[in-house]
Amino acid sequence: MDIDHIANPKITIKNLNFYYGNFRALNDISMSIAEKMVTAFIGPSGCGKSTLLRTFNRMYQLYPKQKATGEILLDGANILDPKQDLNMLRAKVGMVFQKPTPFPMTIYDNIAFGVRLYENLNKHDMETRVEWALRKAALWTEVKDKLKQSGTGLSGGQQQRLCIARAIAVKPQVLLLDEPTSALDPISTAHIEKLIDELKEDFTIVIVTHNMQQAARISDYTAYMYLGDLIELGETNSVFTNPKRKETEDYITGRFG
Amino acid sequence: MSAMLNLYTRRRIINAAGLSVSVLAMLFGLFWLCWILFTLLDHGLPALAPVVFTQMTPPPGSTGGLLNAIAGSLMMTLVGTLIGTPAGILAGTYLAEFGQRGWLAPVTRFINDVLLSAPSIVIGLFVYEVYVIRVKHFSGWAGALALSILVIPIVIRTTENMLRMVPSTLREAAAALGAPQWKIISFITLRAARAGIITGVLLAVARISGETAPLLFTALNNQFWSKNMDQPMANLPVVIFQFAMSPYEDWQRLAWAGALLITLSVLTLNILARVLFRQSATTH
Repeated sequence: MDIDHIANPKITIKNLNFYYGNFRALNDISMSIAEKMVTAFIGPSGCGKSTLLRTFNRMYQLYPKQKATGEILLDGANILDPKQDLNMLRAKVGMVFQKPTPFPMTIYDNIAFGVRLYENLNKHDMETRVEWALRKAALWTEVKDKLKQSGTGLSGGQQQRLCIARAIAVKPQVLLLDEPTSALDPISTAHIEKLIDELKEDFTIVIVTHNMQQAARISDYTAYMYLGDLIELGETNSVFTNPKRKETEDYITGRFG
Repeated sequence: MSAMLNLYTRRRIINAAGLSVSVLAMLFGLFWLCWILFTLLDHGLPALAPVVFTQMTPPPGSTGGLLNAIAGSLMMTLVGTLIGTPAGILAGTYLAEFGQRGWLAPVTRFINDVLLSAPSIVIGLFVYEVYVIRVKHFSGWAGALALSILVIPIVIRTTENMLRMVPSTLREAAAALGAPQWKIISFITLRAARAGIITGVLLAVARISGETAPLLFTALNNQFWSKNMDQPMANLPVVIFQFAMSPYEDWQRLAWAGALLITLSVLTLNILARVLFRQSATTH
């Protein structure tokens, strides 16, 4: 469904099912994620939007009772293949979580930690990379004089931008954002929304959000999910102004959820 | 209306009664504690002369100090901690980070709980049986070994608890960057739990620095200055035990001085542990 009208897919999902133990959380999902665009997943709590997001970097594999079947093609290669190297996948697919998760180390090391996993940069190149990532995340001017201070001392909004900087420092191709602003105040939220708009020049972005206005503001494509089903996927404008499905309309007009 | 009033009056009475019983219980506990501390200071402070730190334990009737016992206690506590801490941290890390599946972790956790509450005299007898009897003499090494067996379960327990307090989102965030598990554990979770784990180690040191029973069967005692860990070794708890039971007044005075020293160092360790833990609580 809706799989063909996305011209330039970065990720293509085919018949994806997901299980928490015996509970089936995603039902036969097929869809595409457009390259260098923002795709938003919306839907009521428990609809499976975060679950779907967490299959793109196989985050679920930390937990023994969770499993996915079907195919997720990243540039044509199936990442659900057991032979897929997890660390290489996560180098290509970065993730930012709902709650800011600064590591218990300096701001500089927070960024450098991920880079060091893949690249052996000398001091100068590493400094350049850290600055690049912090500038990209619109945090540089605020922290450039305290790079040696602990990342846990920043404000919530700054911590979240630090996490974004950390994710893009390893130069991924896809950025997964799992409700990145739901723990933040409106000003920090505006900062991050602006940032997402700039980041899509370089990255394919998938964002899960509870906030429908946010999806409408920042995304190019919107997917509406309900109880583990993908109900509708389309250009954000048309999903919000002219939804094809009754369920979508009920949800976005607030008659439900 | 009057039913409501009745209800409130009853609640107030129950509240007052509960509070009074709690305060009384607290005062009861505090009373003995203060008495112990007072007696200790009363007898210990006058005995705490400089000579305590400069001379060896004397034969009855002559002057002397506790230098050999202090040094022996420090050495055995240090070695015991150095053996017990790495083992405890590694095992605690295993339980917290890998202990979700299989049978090994629950069994280890159960045995560790038993070890945690085992009477220390049992540990002393155990080391006596497997080590002292085999080498045919008491020694500082045997004492340190017994103390390390006391350290391990405490450090395992605190390490596991502190690691479990690290939010799983932090592990996920590191995993999402593609970090292998050994890097997540050593650079992220252990570091996030560092203050708590150090607190646990300090409390373990505090616990073993006053242990008498395990040393009676292992290090025994030594009247003379000895740095040789392969020989019987003087230590504060056993010296206190021996001197306090003796009929000689100068020995008894030294026992009080030693008891005060141990109590003060345990107190210092506890305060240090609290300060450390509070600092970590405010920065995270």
